Amino acid sequence: MTVDTVGRFERALEGLEVGFERVAAADASERIGTMAEEPAVGAPLPFEGVSLPESVTTDPTTAELADARTGVTPVGFAIAEYGTVAVESTADGAEPISLYPERHVAVVAESDIVPNISAGFDRLADGFDTGRDSVVFATGRSATADMGDLVHGVHGPGDVHVIALEDR
Amino acid sequence: MAQRTRSEQADRIRHLLETEGPAIHAHASASNARRKETYGGTDDLEALRTDARAIKEDAIDRLPELIETVRDAVEANGGTVYVADDAADANEYVADVVRSEAADGADADAATAEPSVVKSKSMTTEEIDCNDALEANGIDVTETDLGEWVLQVADDTPSHIVGPAMHISREEIADLFNERFDPSDPFETAEELTRFARDHLGEIIEGADVGITGANFVVADSGTITLITNEGNARKCAVTPDTHIAVAGVEKLIPSLPDLEPFVDIIAKSATGQPISQYVTMLTPPTDSPTVDFDRPDKPITAGTDGSDDIAETADDTGDPDRDFHLVLLDNGRMDMREDDQLRETLYCIRCGACSNSCANFQSVGGHGFGGETYSGGIATGWEAGVHGQDSAAEFNDLCTGCTNCVDACPVKIDIPWINTVVRDRVNRSSEPESYDFLVDGLTPDEENGGLDPGKRFFGNIGTVAKAASATAPVSNWLADAGPVRALLERTLGIDRRRDLPTFQRESLVDWFERRGGFAASSQRAERANSRDRGVDIDREVVLYPDVYTNYVDVDRGKAAVRTLEALGVPVRVPDLPESGRAALSQGMIATADRQASQLYATLAEDLDAGRDVVVIEPSDLAAMHREYERLLPEESFARLRDGSYEICEYVYGLLENGADSDMLSSGDGAEPVAYHSHCQQRTLDLEAPTVAVLERCGYAPETSSAECCGMAGSFGYKREYYELSVDVGERLAGEVDGAETIVASGTSCGDQLETLLERDVSHPIELLAPGARA
Repeated sequence: MTVDTVGRFERALEGLEVGFERVAAADASERIGTMAEEPAVGAPLPFEGVSLPESVTTDPTTAELADARTGVTPVGFAIAEYGTVAVESTADGAEPISLYPERHVAVVAESDIVPNISAGFDRLADGFDTGRDSVVFATGRSATADMGDLVHGVHGPGDVHVIALEDR
Repeated sequence: MAQRTRSEQADRIRHLLETEGPAIHAHASASNARRKETYGGTDDLEALRTDARAIKEDAIDRLPELIETVRDAVEANGGTVYVADDAADANEYVADVVRSEAADGADADAATAEPSVVKSKSMTTEEIDCNDALEANGIDVTETDLGEWVLQVADDTPSHIVGPAMHISREEIADLFNERFDPSDPFETAEELTRFARDHLGEIIEGADVGITGANFVVADSGTITLITNEGNARKCAVTPDTHIAVAGVEKLIPSLPDLEPFVDIIAKSATGQPISQYVTMLTPPTDSPTVDFDRPDKPITAGTDGSDDIAETADDTGDPDRDFHLVLLDNGRMDMREDDQLRETLYCIRCGACSNSCANFQSVGGHGFGGETYSGGIATGWEAGVHGQDSAAEFNDLCTGCTNCVDACPVKIDIPWINTVVRDRVNRSSEPESYDFLVDGLTPDEENGGLDPGKRFFGNIGTVAKAASATAPVSNWLADAGPVRALLERTLGIDRRRDLPTFQRESLVDWFERRGGFAASSQRAERANSRDRGVDIDREVVLYPDVYTNYVDVDRGKAAVRTLEALGVPVRVPDLPESGRAALSQGMIATADRQASQLYATLAEDLDAGRDVVVIEPSDLAAMHREYERLLPEESFARLRDGSYEICEYVYGLLENGADSDMLSSGDGAEPVAYHSHCQQRTLDLEAPTVAVLERCGYAPETSSAECCGMAGSFGYKREYYELSVDVGERLAGEVDGAETIVASGTSCGDQLETLLERDVSHPIELLAPGARA
C-alpha cells in the first residue's frame, strides 16, 4: 500500500461522487459522528483504538434499521482502481446496515486499500480461506436508469462516504 | 413451422420501428458507445477476454463434475442443490420450497395470507416462466428490479436481456403508474418514479417469505453465488427473507474463486461500459448475515446469533440458523447444447447484452423483434434453439445479417454470426418444400435440399443469377425493372419492389481484362510505371479476386483496382474465380459455401504457391476467407489463403509503405474532405485504418462514420419483410455522411444503400485513388 494507491482510490471515489476523508484513528469516532446523519445504526469497528460514536446504534432492532438515515460499517478492504469497498456479510449485520439506510459510511484501514482488482481477489481469497466467504464489492451509489433517466439511491444507498484510517 | 408470412413479418417490424424502436435505439446505442469507450481504455482487454473464454470452455467441458462439486459445497454449507431437468421440474421445486417455507415460518396473522416471493432480475426464471407457475400455485410474486417491475405492472415481456424495459419511455412509465397507482400528485420525473418504486417495493421486500434470485456466476468449489447489479435489490432479496432460492442455468458454474476475477472485471464493461458494476455480490449461503424480520420490529437483528454482543472472530460454516438456501440448477436443454459442436459456444455467454447493443438491427426494433420466447439479440438464436427449440429461433434468426459488429463486443469471444448461420442452415433444412421451388430449381447445382425458401435460394446462388443477367444485359435489366416482373419477384422471391435492383453490365471485369490483353498487357503497364516512378521497384504479382458484384455490376471499381496496382508497378491477373461462398453463408447454405470455399482454394492454390498476392475488393468476401473458411477448409489451407489475401486498400497501403510512389495515384488537394464508411466486416478485421491512411497519404481528409451499419447487408435490404428495417438503419448512416462533398464506401451493400437513400454517387475508395487512365 502506497500513498499513490490512496490517491488513486480517492480519484476513483471522486468520479463516483463518493465522499472521502483520511483521518487518524484517534479522530475517527468524532468524524464518524459528524458524518452520520441521525438516526444512525452501525456494525462494530474492529480497528484498534477506534470505536463508533455514542450516536450510532449497534445491534439495531429491525425498526431501528428501517428508520436509520445512516449505516456505518467497517469494510474488509478497498480496491483503489475502481473505488470499491468490500462489505462482508457478518453476524453483526454489516450487510443490511450498509444497504438499507440512505447513507452508507464505510470505514477502512489505509493498509487495507489494495491497488487493483487482482489484489482485491487475493484479499477475497484470503478471507474465503478463513470462512469470510460472503462479500459484496460495492462501488459508488446504488443506481438505476430503468425509469428513463439515471437516478441514484434506488434500493441501496444514494449517498456514500468512505473514511480511511491513515494510521491503521 | 409456425413462421410468419413475409407480410406479417413486415407489419410487425414496421410496428416495432414506430413504437419501441426510438427508446431502444437511444439506450442501446448509448450503452454500445460507452462499451466501446471503456473497452478502448482497458489495456488488458484482450487478455481479459481470452481468460474469460478459456475459463468458460474449461467449465463447460467439466460441467458434470462441477455440478457434483457445487452440490457437495452447498450441502456442506447447509444449503440444498436441486438439478432441474426442465421448466416444469424447476417451477415445481421452487413452488414446493415456497409453500413449505410459508407454512413453517408463518406466524398467526400471516398464516392465512398467501405466501409471498420477491425476485431480483433473472432471465433464467423468465425462460421457465417461473412467475406464472408460482402465481398458479397461489403464491404472490413481485419483481424488485425496477425494469422488471415495470414489465410486471405493464404485463409485458423483456425487450433486452440487461435492460428489460428499455423499450418503454419515461413518459409511458409515468402514464402507466399514474393509472395503476393513482398518486395524489401524478408522477412525472424518473426521480419521482424511482422513489415511489423504491418505497413501494421496499415494503413488499420487508414482508416477503422467500427471496428468489438468479446468478451471474456460481463458484462450484465454494458454493458462492455471484450477483451483478446496480440497484441493490438482489442484495435485499438474497439476505432479507430467511429463505433464498437461486435459480441458475447449469452453464453458470465456474470452478473456483480465482476464475471469477476476469468476469467481475469485464461484465460491466461489456454490458454498460461501466468499469465495474455498483454491486458485485458474492454470497456463500446460508450466510452469517442476520435475517431482518420486519414482523418483529423490536427484535435486534443480531439476536439469535450467539446471544452475546461479541463479534464472531470467524464465521461458522452453517450461517445464521434461521437461514435456508436452495440452489436450483437448470438443464432445460443445456446439457444437449453442450454435446452440440455448433451450439456449445452459446453456453459461454455471460448475458451481458453487448451483442444486442452493438447490433444495428437490434437498435431499430429491440428484443421484441430481434428475439424469441425469452432471449434477444445476436446470441439469442443459440439460446432459443437450445432451450425452446428451433422454431423459436427461426422467428427472428434472419435479423442477424452476419455483419460481425458483435464479434468484437462479446466479452467471451463467441462467434455469434456463425451460430446464427448454423441455425439458419438447420431451419432451412427442416422446412417443407414450397410451391415456388420450380423457379429456382435447376438454377444452380447448389448443395441444398428442397424446401429451402426460394428467396434464400435465389440470393444464395446470386453468382449464377448475375452471370445469366450479365450475359443477357441490357435486356435483363429492362425486364427486371418492368412492373409485372417486379411484382412477380416480390411475390415469389420476396424481393421488395421498392428496392432498386443492381444494373448488370454486359462486359464483366474478367472479360474486360482479357480484352485489354490480360496478364501480358498488365505486366507491360506495371513495367512502364516502374521505369517512370521515383519509388522502389516492387517485385509482387497480384491475383485480383473478381467477386460477383465487381465482376458483373460495379465493374468500374474493379478497373480502378487494376489501374491502381499497375500504376504502383504491380502486374495483375483477373482470372474467372469461383464464388467465395459469402452469398450462400448469408442464407444459411453452409454445404454450398463449403463446396465453394474448397473450389476457390483449389483454384488459387497454385497462385499462392507461386507467391502471388490475392487481393480482394469486396470486404464480405475477404471476411469469408479470413473468418468462416477456418470452419470450411483444412487448417493449413485456411492459414495459407488467409495469410496470402488482402483487402485492396490495405494492399495499396502496404505498397506505399514499402516504397511505392503515391504520386502515381490520383490525389486530393492535400485536405480534400471525404466521408468514408468502411464496412462492418472490414472493421471487425481491423481494416478500416489502412484505407484511412491511404486516403490521407493521397491528399484526402477522410472522416469515418460512427454508425454501426448501412442496413443493407447484402440480400437483407432487398427482402420485402426487412426493407423498412434496412432503410431505418441506413438512414442513421446516411444522415451522418450526407453533408460531405464526396462519399466513399468499401462495401457493395453500403454503397448501394447510400446511393439509394441519398440519390447521389457513392464510389469505392479505390476509385478516388486510381490514376485517370481509360480502358
